[in-house]
Amino acid sequence: MNAILVNTIGVLLIIAIIWWFWLGPRRGVAKTVAASEQLKILVKNGVYEPDHIRLPAGHAATLHFLREDPSPCSEWVIFPDLEISAELALNKETTVEIPAAKPGKYPFSCQMQMYRGTLTLE
Amino acid sequence: MAKEQQSAQTLFRLSGVSCAGCVNKIESAVQGVAGVEDARVNLADKTLKVQGAAAPQACIEAVRQAGYDAEVAKSSERQRREEQRAQEERHYHQLLLRSAIALGVGLPLMAWGLITDKMSVNSFADQLAWGAMGLITLAILVFCGGQFFSGAWKALRHHSATMDTLVALGTGTAWLFSMLVVLVPHLLPESARHVYFEASAMIIGLISLGQALEVRARGRTSAAVEKLLELQDTSARVLRDGKEVDLPIEQVQAGDQLRVRPGEKIPVDGVVLEGGSLVDESMLTGEPVPVKKGEGDSLAAGTLNKNGSLLFRAEKVGADTRLAQIIEMVKNAQGSRVPIARLADKISAIFVPVVMIIAVVAALVWFNLGPDPRAAHMLVVLTSVLIIACPCALGLATPMSVMVGVGKGAEYGVLVRNGKALQQSCNLDVLVVDKTGTLTEGSPRLTDIESEGDSDELLRLLASLEQGSEHPLAEAVVIAAHEKKLDLQKPTDFEAITAHGVMGVISGKKVLLGNSKLMQRENIALGDWQARANNLAEQGRTVMYGAVDGVLQGIIAVADPIRDDAAAAIARLRKLGLRLEMLTGDNQASAEAVARQLKIDKVHAELLPEDKERIVAELQKGGARVGMVGDGINDAPALARADVGFAIGAGTDVAIESADVTLMRSSLHGVANAVELSRATLGNIKQNLFGAFIYNTLGIPIAAGVLYPLTGMLLSPIVAGAAMALSSLTVVSNANRLRFFKPSEVH
Repeated sequence: MNAILVNTIGVLLIIAIIWWFWLGPRRGVAKTVAASEQLKILVKNGVYEPDHIRLPAGHAATLHFLREDPSPCSEWVIFPDLEISAELALNKETTVEIPAAKPGKYPFSCQMQMYRGTLTLE
Repeated sequence: MAKEQQSAQTLFRLSGVSCAGCVNKIESAVQGVAGVEDARVNLADKTLKVQGAAAPQACIEAVRQAGYDAEVAKSSERQRREEQRAQEERHYHQLLLRSAIALGVGLPLMAWGLITDKMSVNSFADQLAWGAMGLITLAILVFCGGQFFSGAWKALRHHSATMDTLVALGTGTAWLFSMLVVLVPHLLPESARHVYFEASAMIIGLISLGQALEVRARGRTSAAVEKLLELQDTSARVLRDGKEVDLPIEQVQAGDQLRVRPGEKIPVDGVVLEGGSLVDESMLTGEPVPVKKGEGDSLAAGTLNKNGSLLFRAEKVGADTRLAQIIEMVKNAQGSRVPIARLADKISAIFVPVVMIIAVVAALVWFNLGPDPRAAHMLVVLTSVLIIACPCALGLATPMSVMVGVGKGAEYGVLVRNGKALQQSCNLDVLVVDKTGTLTEGSPRLTDIESEGDSDELLRLLASLEQGSEHPLAEAVVIAAHEKKLDLQKPTDFEAITAHGVMGVISGKKVLLGNSKLMQRENIALGDWQARANNLAEQGRTVMYGAVDGVLQGIIAVADPIRDDAAAAIARLRKLGLRLEMLTGDNQASAEAVARQLKIDKVHAELLPEDKERIVAELQKGGARVGMVGDGINDAPALARADVGFAIGAGTDVAIESADVTLMRSSLHGVANAVELSRATLGNIKQNLFGAFIYNTLGIPIAAGVLYPLTGMLLSPIVAGAAMALSSLTVVSNANRLRFFKPSEVH
């Protein structure tokens, strides 16, 4: 009886992990803004908020990062495909200029790839 | 920020401001000050922004008269850095405190378990005692490890998993299982009534300790930027109304006249108006020998005035100075990624959920197939796998090395634009080098003068004649005459004959200077001068014949001399395994002469700027990885085409903006330094990646229990926690070793 229960819980856990992290609908906090608007991104507790940003392609934009997380992991934000990096000041807004770029998905993250977000230009 | 500086914007910090009424009062008071174009108060952060050329003191006075107080805000990069450092320090102490508390509870608990072996719940008294301990451990989890749980929860809601997720799951599972044992021991087999409270506390303590040590070690990796920031002075001695006043650096404006005394740092970029001195530019350019500066010479912020007093005019201030641009570039490059990191990126992206699955599978295997006590083994395996698997070390492996490598480069005057350039510099096959200004000094100089009679008199006549010419070689002749302090005269009847030379009359004598065609045209016999001229031409020099009143008097040779250190630098580059090719717009003979002296493998002469790019592209088509060295502006297409473009020279703004690597001094040694640094950094990255990969790939199976059949023991979650904390620290410390990098030759 115990064995069935434990194994069932185990298998359900595996399914839940796969569904939640890979297959399930991503309801992550997304924000769409016009290029001219200011977009604030909070860096706190291991995540970017919002972590999905939609911007019109072909326009330069400015993102405002506010880092409230003291862990050194969150110190840098990197947009590898746009070759942009910025050191985020603690408890102060840091502006990151996004140049006009082609439509597409541009992931951004901290140095350790633990904080992750996606910038979608469309 | 640059724009703010250009439009003369001053920021003040206000005190005593609390309402919208104050805002109007201050704004109208300051707007009345002469020179103020616009004044805006920000009530939220209590600041006042003044646009225009008004004196800051006048603005402060106006604010005071309105009944409030103000001071110029000094939120320089350096101050921001200091604040950052102070906050880092606070975070460090906070982590140490959490670690001390958690270990303070965890260690005695673990010792109790080891000594007495009484960690099981078998009676009501055990239930009470361990229940109390469970509550204490819960307090530890909340107070010392709360950030892991809140981070994990937030990440989970975002459908992502982070290091916090693993720590929270590992410690949370251990605590929950132990609490289950305390509350309902009778539901579990006797052998599985073991509690793991000590593991929860110890893991939180060890990971916090690891993080604290990492914060410390990380601080050192950015030492290079700190050093550059320290070069920026905080105040400057400015001439205002004929008096010298010390002003905060933020108030210096372009056009101000500044005084700098011996032993002081140059505060902003400028041009010397009066005085002469030796200036140590080593921190900016890597050039160890101080440079002589006099009227008209440019000065760079951050360099050290050695022995004389200089009056100079500020040209660039604030974020526009070269030093500020360098700091910005180094910071950006430090955060960039190297291509080698892609693998680690891909792994990190899916790592945490995969590890969670592995942990559950391993736990089920132990539960179904393992020996008794199965439930206990299952828990140990689950917790250990979760804890040991954190890919922090993997994620840190490349950025930490890039950070130190880029910073180290800046110390030696090698500015790397991004991590990609840093990686590609290490495996170049061919280095194509622009001749003029890189291998040679870039300006022609009179190298030889041979004459029948008085050579100074011949030089005087020829230089007098050349005063009328605009030919680049003419300048070399005139400069040589000036150096000998010869008295030059103005020529009359001056004539420049295209592709031949020049002629004119000096002191009643008809003087000719030009090539053999000019002499033939004027029917002047070359005699044995021709052989001597050919001899000089073979050495790469441009030879001209000089005739006075129809008789050939001698020959002069002009050449762009090879830089003193070029041969040594080329020998170094060859030793590093690079093939060298020269590109030049010059004629084949001069180019080959230079190539022979420097032992360069191949010469491409008589080129147009577009040819340079074509040659780089052809080499690349042949499969070679090509580095290109040029002065950054006319070589731009070729620099951009090359795998790595090295802009060499005085570090002009254009070069800093466009090249992959900018060398702050005009020496090829910089390229050799860059290649050596790149190899050292890549080596360091590989060590880090190897360490991190090994740690994770070996760590997970060990935690899952593959060694159990051999050793009969499972990896304790506490050991897993310690190993995890140490792995990041090891990577950061190894990256710090790069700080001791030194080029093989320092010039």
